[in-house]
Amino acid sequence: MNELSRPRGLRLSRRGFLIGAAGTGFVMAFARAALILPERVAEQTAQAVATRSFDPNLWFRIDADGTITVHVIRAEMGQHVGTALARILADELEADWSKVRIEHVDSDPKWGLMVTGGSWSVWQSFPLLSQAGAAGRTALIEEAAKLLGVPAASLQARNSVVSGGGRSIGYAEIVQRGDLSRSWSADELKAMPVKPAGERRLVGVDTQALDIPGKTDGKGLYGIDAHVDGMVHAAPVLPPTRNGSKVSAVDETLAKQVRGYQGHAVLEDPSHTVPGWVVAFADSTWAAMQAARRLRVTWSNDDTARVSEQDVLDHAAQLIADANTGARIVEGPVEEAFGKAAASIQAEYTTASVLHFQLEPVNALALQKDGLWEIHTGNQWQSLILPTLAQALGVTEDKVVMRTYLLGGGFGRRLNGDYAVPAALASKAIGKPVKLTLDRPDDARFDSFRSPSLQKLRMGFDAGGKVLAMQHDACAGWPTQVMAGALLGKAKGNGQPYDPFAISGADHWYNVGAHRVRAISNDLANRAFRPGWLRSVGPGWTNWALESFIDEAAHQLKKDPLQFRLELLDGSGDNAGSAPNAVGGAARQAGVLRRVAELSGWGQPLPADTGLGVATSFGQERDMPTWVTCVARVKVDRTSGRVQVEKLFVVTDCGTVVHPDGALAQTEGATLWGLSMALHEGTVFEQGQVRDTNLNRYTPLRIADVPEMQIEFIPSTEASVGLGEPATTVVAPAIANAIFAAVGARVRHLPITPDAVRKALKA
Amino acid sequence: MSQFHLNGQAVDVRADDDTPLLWVIRDELRLTGTKFGCGIGLCGACTVHLNGRAIRSCITPVGAVAGQRITTIEGLSVDGQHPLQQAWIAAQAPQCGYCQPGQIMQAATLLQDFPNPSDAEIEAVMAGSLCRCMAYVRIRKAIKLAAVAMQAAGAASTPAAATQGGRRHE
Repeated sequence: MNELSRPRGLRLSRRGFLIGAAGTGFVMAFARAALILPERVAEQTAQAVATRSFDPNLWFRIDADGTITVHVIRAEMGQHVGTALARILADELEADWSKVRIEHVDSDPKWGLMVTGGSWSVWQSFPLLSQAGAAGRTALIEEAAKLLGVPAASLQARNSVVSGGGRSIGYAEIVQRGDLSRSWSADELKAMPVKPAGERRLVGVDTQALDIPGKTDGKGLYGIDAHVDGMVHAAPVLPPTRNGSKVSAVDETLAKQVRGYQGHAVLEDPSHTVPGWVVAFADSTWAAMQAARRLRVTWSNDDTARVSEQDVLDHAAQLIADANTGARIVEGPVEEAFGKAAASIQAEYTTASVLHFQLEPVNALALQKDGLWEIHTGNQWQSLILPTLAQALGVTEDKVVMRTYLLGGGFGRRLNGDYAVPAALASKAIGKPVKLTLDRPDDARFDSFRSPSLQKLRMGFDAGGKVLAMQHDACAGWPTQVMAGALLGKAKGNGQPYDPFAISGADHWYNVGAHRVRAISNDLANRAFRPGWLRSVGPGWTNWALESFIDEAAHQLKKDPLQFRLELLDGSGDNAGSAPNAVGGAARQAGVLRRVAELSGWGQPLPADTGLGVATSFGQERDMPTWVTCVARVKVDRTSGRVQVEKLFVVTDCGTVVHPDGALAQTEGATLWGLSMALHEGTVFEQGQVRDTNLNRYTPLRIADVPEMQIEFIPSTEASVGLGEPATTVVAPAIANAIFAAVGARVRHLPITPDAVRKALKA
Repeated sequence: MSQFHLNGQAVDVRADDDTPLLWVIRDELRLTGTKFGCGIGLCGACTVHLNGRAIRSCITPVGAVAGQRITTIEGLSVDGQHPLQQAWIAAQAPQCGYCQPGQIMQAATLLQDFPNPSDAEIEAVMAGSLCRCMAYVRIRKAIKLAAVAMQAAGAASTPAAATQGGRRHE
């Protein structure tokens, strides 16, 4: 897998840890091992803290009043990430939870890679935070021993108090009277006495998320709420294409009639992020939007102004038809195996364009102050957009800082920080702070939406029905190729570059004999729009095809679809799993399937036109499998083709659950996202633009559409893996498979429409 | 260029009468708890109260509320402890939280009309409030928790206080 997704813990070997005095408290931080010289700890920590020259992904401090502040580099976008991360640390630190605060930090090179996505946050941070907490606890106990005059071995820490032998001292007092300054080498840190799972007191225990109160009283500040005195408001006039438009002329006659209009600018963008953009300036958001609507801009456009969804899919069909295209990310002797097959099955699946439609339209406030550019906005991947911002502004990266705000929805939209660029350029153009806000239709048109996809799957069987071979060809726009080319992987099979996030899911844990997976970049999609990472990314389409196809194969073999999956999940060979992240391998995927079968009453008789369908997934990546499965119970109206989802059963095995109620909330949301994308959402790309740009035509699921849900987690003390996305990808295929079980109609396109069900019934 | 009451205080605003109330509240009066989502009255993030009832401020011209009482999320209760806000925390309803001020303001009107709402009543009244995180299970739960708390409070005081859900800026 690529560098980005490698767990931070694996890089820990290069890092030591230190505690140093700072103000009236102590700061605890990771440090480059080379910086640490044991004989000069006090001096060094003081210096490191003063110059902030440590190299952490996190640091925390304990103040003289015992308050523990955890700095969080991850974006808060609804996952209550700060709470989960702070719980891991506080548990090892044996901290009083009521004394713990979280602080979401601004961008700074000292944080290392700043990205919030891939369902990685807890998984990547757990080992690191545990060791850091254990180091802090060790230091507190050692200092307590000195202050109390008793051996450290006789003491234990609980709830921010160290006690033993009838004596005790609180963390606040230790901080006031003791000297916690210490350092640990990388090896020493690795050997920290991290607690066994049975000793955990906060991890796995419910708590109220620290970010929630500010989200109920209007006090939480999102990017759209950013304000500085003297800022000018701006709204854009978007060009007809994402990448291929040039401004020829601007007529501002009508815009001048808007009260508060301050003029416009044609953005000059050295970073090529927003070609063809014009922005209107005004003294309020509303006036800027009104003026933008009245600017008459003419452009010259390239051929992408005429590209539509079907062109993208037709191009995909051509690419797939050429056996030599693409990256063979899984490779086996499939030609030979298919040659021996007694029977085979083949099917094609498609998915339509899907918008992020995060409720807070993209926006940013940009200003230059004391030689430093400040970008105020909610963002998921500061490390990705900072170099682009620097290029756009013609400055070095150290001259740009991103101020952190709450995100009014991420879902991957804000991994791509392109919306910060026009704000920065506009501010540079007029020499004043500029707050740029997109209205809803512009947010949709500028979205880096989920690419339409075409996939072709084939499976071969011997005379006894044993699976001998499988090939999966998937073609879509590749977000990582377009926006983060350095993170492309190199295919094991043929060395070709590929977007790991756009094919993940196809490299499944089923034992299918000879296996080939071909990932194909749709270059027309990549040119005509900016394909984006949308909640779950590739598995959103690969698992739709894979899990529908496995069902079709089972029916062809006249096998129960759930039983067929269990047979293929035999845990042999490459699918046996490995420590630390994938212990148990396919056996754990089989485990969630068996459990969901029990919960859903799989196999029991059902009323007419009612069916159960199952689908399963390992989440985002083989390196970080989150085992998840869904059974959908649906009723189909044969006349209208309408599908009523009566109940969704979801079982997840994500290893150790850090914050159970937060985990449940994420899974509820992810499940309903899956349902929404299955039946309620979807648009098409039409003449260079997405067709449906507001809620009158783009219709995500509403409260009345929520079916009964039963969600369960498998109790586990295995490594904690990601939860934000996995459940999204199992719902649509479970529904499609349930439709087939109910009425024998097979649908192969997302979203599933009543019309498609009616047509499939006649087929 | 109109005057109205915002959270109990008289305010004079410079904006043209046809400016949506949303942008007057956010840009000119600098209360940012009321959110912009769709601009066409279909997401509910901009919901405020006009004379105690939920309206969509993104499609309400400020001139139309001249002389009247507007309440935003900041004014729903003095201390952020309205039974709905308490219930929202108890149910851990918000995810990203962006839609939640609007959801809460809409739910306040729901509970005025239906102090003990059925699922169908919740669905009918809350249909216009989109939660993109799809925290609907918890929004429904929070509404029911608040209904119980407000009815208990109402039984202990006057009916008017019960429907208003405690002290508020008006």
